[in-house]
Amino acid sequence: MTTLFTDPNLPDPDGFYEQLIAMHHGLSDAESALVNAKLVLLLANHIGDPAVLAQALAAARHGVAGAQPKGHANHGRTP
Amino acid sequence: MKTYTNPIYPYVRSRDQDAGPARHAVVVVGAGPIGLAAAIDLAQRGVPVVVLDEDETVSVGSRAICYAKRALEILDRLDVGQRVVDKGIGWNVGRVFFRDALAYRFDLLPETGHRRPAFVNLQQYWLEEYLVDRARELPAIDLRWRNRVESVARNGDHVELVLDTPDGPYTLHCDWLIVCDGARSPVRRMLGLEAEGQVFRDRFLIADILMKSDFPTERWFWFDPPFHRNQSVLLHRQADDVWRIDFQLGWDADPEEEKKPEKILPRLRAMLGPEARFEIEWASVYTFQCRRLQSFRHGRVIFAGDAAHVVSPFGARGANSGFQDTDNLAWKLELVLAGKSPERLLDTYDAERTFAADENIRNSTRATDFITPKSHVSRVFRDAVLELAKEHAFARRLVNSGRLSVPAILADSPLNTPDADADFARGPGAMIPGAPAADAPVKGPDGPWLLRYLESGFTLLAFGNAVPAEAAAALAGAPIACRVVQVGGGPVPGVTLIDDAEGLVARRYDARHGTVYLLRPDQHVAARWREFDPGRVRAAIAHATCND
Repeated sequence: MTTLFTDPNLPDPDGFYEQLIAMHHGLSDAESALVNAKLVLLLANHIGDPAVLAQALAAARHGVAGAQPKGHANHGRTP
Repeated sequence: MKTYTNPIYPYVRSRDQDAGPARHAVVVVGAGPIGLAAAIDLAQRGVPVVVLDEDETVSVGSRAICYAKRALEILDRLDVGQRVVDKGIGWNVGRVFFRDALAYRFDLLPETGHRRPAFVNLQQYWLEEYLVDRARELPAIDLRWRNRVESVARNGDHVELVLDTPDGPYTLHCDWLIVCDGARSPVRRMLGLEAEGQVFRDRFLIADILMKSDFPTERWFWFDPPFHRNQSVLLHRQADDVWRIDFQLGWDADPEEEKKPEKILPRLRAMLGPEARFEIEWASVYTFQCRRLQSFRHGRVIFAGDAAHVVSPFGARGANSGFQDTDNLAWKLELVLAGKSPERLLDTYDAERTFAADENIRNSTRATDFITPKSHVSRVFRDAVLELAKEHAFARRLVNSGRLSVPAILADSPLNTPDADADFARGPGAMIPGAPAADAPVKGPDGPWLLRYLESGFTLLAFGNAVPAEAAAALAGAPIACRVVQVGGGPVPGVTLIDDAEGLVARRYDARHGTVYLLRPDQHVAARWREFDPGRVRAAIAHATCND
């Protein structure tokens, strides 16, 4: 089974992020949500592998379900 | 302030005020860090400099506090690096928190074998005081306090300045004017020049507090922490138990209100806890901008530091890039003044440093956009990145709390001689033409660090017995002299021999026996070859000095 790759893979992460945010310029929140959904579907089709996609779905959902913030012990300790 | 008293440098009447306009080769406007660095660099090269400052002391408030490795290396050459390092707080590690949890930790200098750490934190007033001390040691520097520029005129072969002093106005002429009078640059305005770019609609409170704490010496950044919801907070340690805390406030905050202790104290209490004992040293509220002059050279007027370009503070790319400006400029101006290079060499200062400024502006703009998202969707992506960063390495690369200052690699500089040998390494960190020289531990007559051997004019760094004595003598005796420093091999008359103590010089320079590197006076690589050829070295020096 192929494993979801989560090591750095973008040659220019900051450049990509800038492009990603710029793509949304001038859109309403609803339009942005639509554009994001289309983007996910395009990338999912490009990946194709059902095992990888299943892992990506789980990783994306992780930590969001239940909306209860987890009680991390290592919070921002201050001096 | 408890930990610092601003020194007063008395105004002294100059002889220039008694006669008609005196003519000087170089005048620097502004005795801040960049103006002083420019003056010291030129004076060390034997160029006399007049420095003008409207004030009579150093920076009021800590202002720029993070000095990057490359700036420290430049300060080493100006003979103040050690004082900065001794007084300041060195750090390499940063932590980024999202809400109540650590998102990730980074180490800016994961490898050893460098003289200087990634960063030293020091209040700007200390740095300026050290620079003033150094400037006063140099007889070639004429430092004039309480000399305010009233007007500037460009008159063909010189620049005319009218200065106001406690004794009234006087006029000065200079061949070259170096403008280092800060982000609001009065001289820039007098010349009708605009710095173009972007102003961010956000406000930040910077508070310096005096506090005894065993908190680690690291850069800590919080996105949306419980003690300051929906905003960011940055914590840095400075010298003398002073801590810098930046609170993002948002655009609607009232700057005058936010500066009041009764507004600042509750913010600090929320962050530090009810038991923390501290005192406020200094506080200020600011907005910031990313913009630059279209050109840094306007005939005989040359801009450097914040007068030429301003960036948002995330990434510490302000003062650090200013030092690289003067590092780039001083040797070029020396050659032009000596008649050894045509004036167009100074256009390469503009080309190289506007390139660097654009890189700094791009990086600090991206960091600012990440820290203060401009739209709902941008905020959603940012929070998604921070969530993913807890578990996935790829997302940590996307978290942007500031891409911390690294020197520009001038890969497209017109002064470079491109590689003719195809087998040289070209990846990240490679010493390609245009790259600033990497440091490494060595053994030799001038101490245990490589960069110390690359300080006097052009240097040919040769690996093994690559350069014969006659060729070394010819290079040293040329009008634009080039010193040969040899790494390993047998002694050669007239050549400085150093030992690659840990093998890191060869590794960092991808060197074999016979490899030679030509380094500019600002320690950027001008050219490199697998074999020494005196004609090619001469041609590369000519090319790097606009003599071809």
